[in-house]
Amino acid sequence: MLEIVNLHAEIEGKKILKGIDLKVNVGEVHAIMGPNGSGKSTLAQVLAGRESYSVSQGEIRYQGKDLLDMDPDERAREGVFMAFQYPVEIPGVSNAYFLKSGLNAVRKHHGLEELDAMEFLKLIKEKAKSVNMDETLLNRPVNQGFSGGEKKRNEIFQMAVLEPKLAILDETDSGLDIDALRIVADGINKFRSKSNAVILVTHYQRILSYVVPDHVHVLLNGRIVRSGGKELALQLEEKGYDWVKEESEVTV
Amino acid sequence: MSTETNTIEQLATKEYKYGFVTDVEQETIQKGLNEDVVRLISEKKGEPAWMLEWRLKAFRHWQELEKSNAEPTWANIKFGPIDYQGIRYYSAPKNKPKLNSLDEVDPEIRKTFEKLGIPLEEQKLLSGVAVDAVFDSVSVATTFKAKLGELGIIFCSFSEAVREHPDLVKQYLGSVVPHTDNFFAALNSAVFSDGSFAYIPKGVRCPMELSTYFRINAKETGQFERTLIVADEGATVSYLEGCTAPMRDENQLHAAVVELVALDNATIKYSTIQNWYPGDKEGKGGIYNFVTKRGKCQGKNSKITWTQVETGAAITWKYPGCILQGDNSVGEFYSVAVTNNYQQADTGTKMIHLGKNTRSTVVSKGISAGHGQNSYRGLIKISKKAVGARNFSQCDSLLIGDQCGAHTFPYMEVKNSTARIEHEASTSKIGEDQIFYCKQRGISTEDAVNMIVNGFCKEVFRELPMEFAVEAQKLLSISLEGSVG
Repeated sequence: MLEIVNLHAEIEGKKILKGIDLKVNVGEVHAIMGPNGSGKSTLAQVLAGRESYSVSQGEIRYQGKDLLDMDPDERAREGVFMAFQYPVEIPGVSNAYFLKSGLNAVRKHHGLEELDAMEFLKLIKEKAKSVNMDETLLNRPVNQGFSGGEKKRNEIFQMAVLEPKLAILDETDSGLDIDALRIVADGINKFRSKSNAVILVTHYQRILSYVVPDHVHVLLNGRIVRSGGKELALQLEEKGYDWVKEESEVTV
Repeated sequence: MSTETNTIEQLATKEYKYGFVTDVEQETIQKGLNEDVVRLISEKKGEPAWMLEWRLKAFRHWQELEKSNAEPTWANIKFGPIDYQGIRYYSAPKNKPKLNSLDEVDPEIRKTFEKLGIPLEEQKLLSGVAVDAVFDSVSVATTFKAKLGELGIIFCSFSEAVREHPDLVKQYLGSVVPHTDNFFAALNSAVFSDGSFAYIPKGVRCPMELSTYFRINAKETGQFERTLIVADEGATVSYLEGCTAPMRDENQLHAAVVELVALDNATIKYSTIQNWYPGDKEGKGGIYNFVTKRGKCQGKNSKITWTQVETGAAITWKYPGCILQGDNSVGEFYSVAVTNNYQQADTGTKMIHLGKNTRSTVVSKGISAGHGQNSYRGLIKISKKAVGARNFSQCDSLLIGDQCGAHTFPYMEVKNSTARIEHEASTSKIGEDQIFYCKQRGISTEDAVNMIVNGFCKEVFRELPMEFAVEAQKLLSISLEGSVG
């Protein structure tokens, strides 16, 4: 589904990603772990198409297409979704209206009929229930006045409604208490299926106890220095990132 | 021949309605302004002597103002000197060439019509194409007129009101905006061309939105429009001014005056959509819209609401206000002003609290894009006698891009210690973050900007009559087209 080859990216002349290779197959959950500043979020942003990052080398194939050639909105319509680390507020625009515009843009792109207000309302009520989201949040302005946990839950809710093919979750677990974490993890587990893929960007092993990944990659200084199964996350938890650092220095 | 066909025929030939209009060239008077010109205007309109006297008084006052260079300069707008002697103060009709079909209309304007979803026949009317006699709203207009007549509601052109209802006009004309009010009001009082007059009798709730749009003969009323609306005791009326279609006009200076009078327990809602030609992308041309609009809540428990969506004109200078004279009267002002490219707007309101327990609400949303400059200027005045007066003002500015500007000039004069005044102001920028967030959900940049701007204006659009609100949203998106990325 997704193939990243020798990806180099920078922001304001500062090189962040220095040759990433990653292959994600449909039906898989990949965890990208790494210490602060290792380039995890940059990878997520580049995949989503944030304009402030520039790709200097490498390529990204998504479902046989050149992802880097697509605008962010086109990527979204093609099924790439990113849950934001810091969800954005849009005053005066209701959460439901915002999501309806997004969903209908995606549907239109695929030649499907746009949902009318009634059909849409039915859909979001169901989905809200499945991620344990308070229905009153649907009519509130997008993310305005939401608590940290509500914002993150809203991202997972949007994912559930939009049903993307590739979901990139950028530190969705950060700043959540244990109950909120469980709800979010539950939402991800409900979403994951044989027909989609998830890239879970995280700093902590914590969420991986709930969302069990198929592959774990450790990102360090803009490169993937180690890949493994779910046990790698546990090793990291135990030994810390320094352990990988030392190891990687030896191999280099 | 049925009466309806008669009316249609009359309307189809309305260009010649005033009888003396036979040759466009002959009907345009010399440039410049003097007493003779004022007399000529009054004569052409067949006005009674008292109306001429009124005009002359205003003219003499304006002359004094002009001599002493009293043209207002305090507003946050920039423009070259206006040559008042270079303007033609009378021409009827507009010497716009009549077109034979829509194909002759500027393609840019046609595109906008289509985006706004304006029906074909209406497009023709708006752009001056000869109209078929079967035009829908003609019959609509006639039906409406009959229905209004049954209720005793008077709704006609200002000229007609001067002839047919002189007592009402005499009683209220200039009672809210006297000719001495300001430079442009004085000019308007001397040379006003035409406009609308509405009177709602005691206890009558006007069953439909009154709109210049249905009053076909109000088209092309020219640059010095005069409107007077009186709601008698217990009457209610909602009035719509303008339309979303782009309005081109060869006259650069527009100085209109609108007066509203609400007696005891009366309610007037006045909604405006202004889409005059804003000038081109480089800021060349465009209308100077210098308007004086004021309502007087004369009676107790009366209420006046101004709602405006200002997207056009090169320069907008306009402060629809309320004089809250009656006890417990309420004044409201809801405004969206957009400036794109090189447009400038200095707009806001005046709420003058005179009576007891008077309340006012001000919600102003300024949107600046391109090189646009947008200023909110508002005065809240609480007089000594206005015990228990309350005001709430909220002024928000939204910036799109980094070449534009937003300014806020709130003034307050409080002479009664029981008054409560709240003022909130904010300035925000459409962030790249917001747009990216929308795009990441599949929404295009253009739709994202529209969504964010409409969200910003929500509190004002809510105040507009339903179909106006829908049109206003579309208009906003057209006005801001291409302002991002």
